[in-house]
Amino acid sequence: MIEVEHLTKYYGQTPAIRDVSFTVERGEVLGFLGPNGAGKTTTMRILTCFIPATSGTVRVGGFDVFTQSLEVRKRIGYLPERVPIYKDMTVDCYLDFVARLKGVPSRSRKTKIDEVKTNCGLHDVSGRIIGKLSRGYTQRVGLAQALLNDPEVLILDEPTVGLDPKQIVEIRNLIRSLAGKRTIILSTHILPEVSMICDSVAIINEGRIVAKDSISNLHTGRQMRITLGVNGPPEKVVAAISSVEGVGKVAELQRTATGVRLDVSFKPGADPRPGISALVVGSGWELIELRPEGLSLEDIFIRATAEEGEVEQ
Amino acid sequence: MRNILTLTQRELRSYFQSPIAYAVITVFLVVTGVIFWLRFSFFYQYSLEVSRNPYMMQQYEINVTEQVLEPIFYTISFLSLFVIPMLTMRSFSEDKKSGAIELLLTYPVRDIEVALSKLLACFIVYACMIALTLLYPALTAKLSNPETASVVMGYVGLLLSGAAFVSVGMFISSMTENQIIAVATSYGLLLLFWLLGATEDSVPPPYNTVLTDLSLFNHMENFARGVLNTRDLVYYLNFVILFMFLTLRSLEVTKWKGKA
Repeated sequence: MIEVEHLTKYYGQTPAIRDVSFTVERGEVLGFLGPNGAGKTTTMRILTCFIPATSGTVRVGGFDVFTQSLEVRKRIGYLPERVPIYKDMTVDCYLDFVARLKGVPSRSRKTKIDEVKTNCGLHDVSGRIIGKLSRGYTQRVGLAQALLNDPEVLILDEPTVGLDPKQIVEIRNLIRSLAGKRTIILSTHILPEVSMICDSVAIINEGRIVAKDSISNLHTGRQMRITLGVNGPPEKVVAAISSVEGVGKVAELQRTATGVRLDVSFKPGADPRPGISALVVGSGWELIELRPEGLSLEDIFIRATAEEGEVEQ
Repeated sequence: MRNILTLTQRELRSYFQSPIAYAVITVFLVVTGVIFWLRFSFFYQYSLEVSRNPYMMQQYEINVTEQVLEPIFYTISFLSLFVIPMLTMRSFSEDKKSGAIELLLTYPVRDIEVALSKLLACFIVYACMIALTLLYPALTAKLSNPETASVVMGYVGLLLSGAAFVSVGMFISSMTENQIIAVATSYGLLLLFWLLGATEDSVPPPYNTVLTDLSLFNHMENFARGVLNTRDLVYYLNFVILFMFLTLRSLEVTKWKGKA
C-alpha cells in the first residue's frame, strides 16, 4: 500500500531523514517510533504530499506523492500533530467544509458526516465552536476530518499527545477500531502505545530507520532472557546452568531460604529452556520458576538506537 | 471551481465572524465620509462665490464631478492602500501560524485554488466596503448632477486598483507567519509602487516613463477622470496575475522548506 524508497530530506544543510525505506501492507497498522526530532513528522509530511522530498520516492496505493499528488491526497486522511483545525467554526460547519473539499458527493455528504461523528463520538458537540472544545474533543474532530473521505491510508502524527489518560484510552480504542480495512501509520514516542495499537513498528533515529518489523518478531528475534528459580545449593546451580549449551550470562538475583533465583540470558537465537529444565530435574533439584522475560519495547528501542552507535544509553 | 467556492465561503465567513472586517470598514467609511463632507462643503462655498461674481463665472468652471467626486476617488484609492493590507495580512499568515495550511495543502485541492479563493474572499470584502461608499455619489446626485459615466469608471478603477492591492498584500502574507510583518511590508511595497508616479522629474528620460508607467497611482488617474484606457486595464490585470504567480511560488517555497 505504501512503498517508501531511499527517502532523503534536507532542510538546507541539515538532513532530517536519510535513506529511509520501508513498506506498509494494506490493512497494516504501523507505529512510527522515535525520539523527538528523529524525523517522524518529516516522513509523514512527505507521505501526505505536504513537503517534497530531496530524493527518493514514495508511492501510496501505486501513486507517486510528487507527480500524482492529487490522487494520493484523495486517498489519505491526515491528522497533523498540532491538530490545526479552524477554531472559529462549529464542528458541523467545519466537517461540512472538509467534506466538500475532499469531494464527498453532496448526496451522501450528510450521512457521511453523521457516520464519522458517530465513530468519533462527536454528536454531543455538533453545534459548538471548535475553539471552545477541550483538547480531547478537538483531537476527535481532527480525527473525524481525516476520516471524511473514507481514506485507504490514515496518517496520524502523535495522535495522543497532550491528552489526559482517559482521553488517551478513548483515542487508542478509536484508532484500533479503525484498523482492519485501513492502512494506518501513526507516530509516537510513547513505547507502550505501539504495542497496544500497532501490528508492526518502525524505529527511526536521527533520520534513519534502525529497525522495522512486526511487534512479535521484534520480541522473539532477539536475545531472550528468563528468570529462573531453583531449590538447590546456589553455587552448584549457577555453575551447572552456566554450562548448559546456549546459555549466555547467568546472574544471581536473590537467594531464597531453599535455593536461588537467577537471571539467565541466552545466546542470540538459542532457546536452551528444555536443557535447563532437564538439568534441574536430573540433578534432583526443584524447578520453582521459569519465566521468559521477553525484551520490552523499551529495551528494543534503546538497543536499536544504540546498536547504530547513534545514541549512547 | 467548486473548491474555490467552498474555500472562498470559509474565508468570507471568517472575515465577517471576526470583528476585523467590521472595524476596518467602519474606520474607512468614517474617514472617507468626513473627507467627502469637507470636499462638498468647500465646493458649495466655492460655487456660491463664483455665482455671485459674473467675472469669475466666465473664468472658472463649476463641475461637481471634477471638483468633488474625482478627488474622492483618489482619496478612497489612497486610503484602500492602508486598509487592504489589514485585510490581507491574515490570509496566509494566520494559516501558517496555526498550521492550518498543512491540512489545507494535503486536501485534494490545488495550490492555485487556495490562493485564488483567498484573493477572491479578500476582494469581496473590499468590494463590499467600496459599495458602501456609493452613498457619496448618490448624495451628490441628489443635490447636483454628476456625470454617471465618470462615476461608473471611477468605481471600475477602484475595484481594479483594489484587486492589485489585495494581490500584493496576499503575496506578502504568504511569505510570513507574522501578521505585523505582513501588514507593515505590504504598506511599504504598495507605497513604493504609489510613489513611483512622483519620480517623473527626478529620473532621466527613458527611465522615468518606465517608472511612472509602473506606478499604481498613475493608472488610477484616467479612471478617476472617467476614462477607460485599455493600458490601465491591462496594467492592473497583469499586476494581479504577477503577484498571484509570486504567491504560488512562495507557497511552493514554504513546502520545500517544510515550515508549516
